[in-house]
Amino acid sequence: MAQVTPRSSVEAAVRPIHQKGRPWPWPASLYQTYTGKKWAMAITGVIGLIFIGGHMFGNLKLYLGAAEIDAYAVGLREVAYPLVPKGFLLWLTRILLVAALAIHVHSAWSILAHNRRARPVKYAGKRDYIAADWASRTMQWTGPIILLFIAFHLADLTWGWVNPEFVHGDVYANTIASFQRIPVAGLYIVANLALGVHIYHGAWSLFQSLGVNNPQYNALRRLFAVGFALAIVAGNISFPLAATIGILE
Amino acid sequence: MKFTLQVWRQAGPDDRGHFETYEAQDVSDEMSFLEVLDVVNEDLIREGKEPIQFDHDCREGICGSCGMMINGQPHGPQRGTATCQLHMRKFKDGETIVVEPWRAASFPIVRDLVVNRSAFDRIVEAGGYISVNTGSAVEANMLPVPKSVSDAAMDAAACIGCGACVAACPNGAAQLFTAAKAQHLNLLPQGQAERWTRTEAMVETMEEYFGSCTMHRECEAACPKNISIDFIAYLNRDYVKAKTVNRNLTGQGLSQ
Ligand code: FES
Repeated sequence: MAQVTPRSSVEAAVRPIHQKGRPWPWPASLYQTYTGKKWAMAITGVIGLIFIGGHMFGNLKLYLGAAEIDAYAVGLREVAYPLVPKGFLLWLTRILLVAALAIHVHSAWSILAHNRRARPVKYAGKRDYIAADWASRTMQWTGPIILLFIAFHLADLTWGWVNPEFVHGDVYANTIASFQRIPVAGLYIVANLALGVHIYHGAWSLFQSLGVNNPQYNALRRLFAVGFALAIVAGNISFPLAATIGILE
Repeated sequence: MKFTLQVWRQAGPDDRGHFETYEAQDVSDEMSFLEVLDVVNEDLIREGKEPIQFDHDCREGICGSCGMMINGQPHGPQRGTATCQLHMRKFKDGETIVVEPWRAASFPIVRDLVVNRSAFDRIVEAGGYISVNTGSAVEANMLPVPKSVSDAAMDAAACIGCGACVAACPNGAAQLFTAAKAQHLNLLPQGQAERWTRTEAMVETMEEYFGSCTMHRECEAACPKNISIDFIAYLNRDYVKAKTVNRNLTGQGLSQ
């Protein structure tokens, strides 16, 4: 709404922390607002959850042996072939994921900056939180941890830059070689714990952001978030653990 | 009972402010928190000092003016009540109680514990009303409202605009206030005509003054009227719909 000229000193004392810009064409205009950005964050979060779920499930093939997972990796490049060229869907997915990640990070950054402006002076006394949990208050830390981890993970097992024994296409051997380095296994475990905490809050709050709320089923939302986070963490952590203990070799 | 109060004193909006320590003697457990402040103020006045300024009016939890942070929680440790309804039996004898004003960019401190909550008025002005033509009043019972809808609307309408949601929110967001003020009208038949313009205008005005919700759920816990964050979800839902509907309206030559 257009800012009216203040009608009193009381009104004049309160200055906006954010000015609405010229509207972009719909639906981009949604992304100009923080409520819209929360939608973008939730939708890109769902894309992330679908990917993370599929990624974890696919990697369980590690337990079926080298031949299985190597064939799985090749298979990913051939999804819907010969309908589409080899690698087509893989690249489409990659582009979608990178775009989703970029939007997720940008909206988070923008909301965080806005929220900082909303409370420039912190409470002088100790704040006693009632409902906010550790997960909700550490999203801004678990997020960057995951981001850095993704960079490392790609450099480790996609590009092989930080994996001296990397051989392209040798998925099983590359993975085991990487995980048998104790610090790397530790890094994977810590990063996945951060991911679990991030999902615990994200997979619940996305329902709120998208307005998916029905008091009859609301308890299921938390159940979903806990279940999803646990499944991802358990699955993903099992790989470096199994490699360190020697179950996978 | 005896209490040590650490109260935020600030001479004006531009003063830096600091905590001042006061002793409250002979406090009965049936006193409300505001009455303890009254007692302390009596002493201060007798000593010729400036009394602690705090906002209050109804002292029965309906006006919403008495908000303050008590031991790091808006309206103190009791759930679902305002500061004026908080009794001293909720505290341990001899306890030190820290009292601080709301803190948010759009709640500038006027003095001591008093903040300027007029940013809330900007949000309500943007759309927290229905337009009714003058003339003879329509027979109220001609408009059927399902019981569950009027109940839900009443739950939202219970908002007293105290600002505890903003104060509680780690992001300084006013989503719960805005959701309550928008949804109690958006639910009812009388609110339908302006539903989408209301939602868009109120949300965007809210964003000019307050932070953005990241679902900490602190607001719901702090709300003296126990307003549910479900309304925030409904507001988020209505907002995106409003952006689409309002665009269609504009497309039909109906400007807002
Ligand atoms: S004085 Fe009116 S709500 Fe507390």
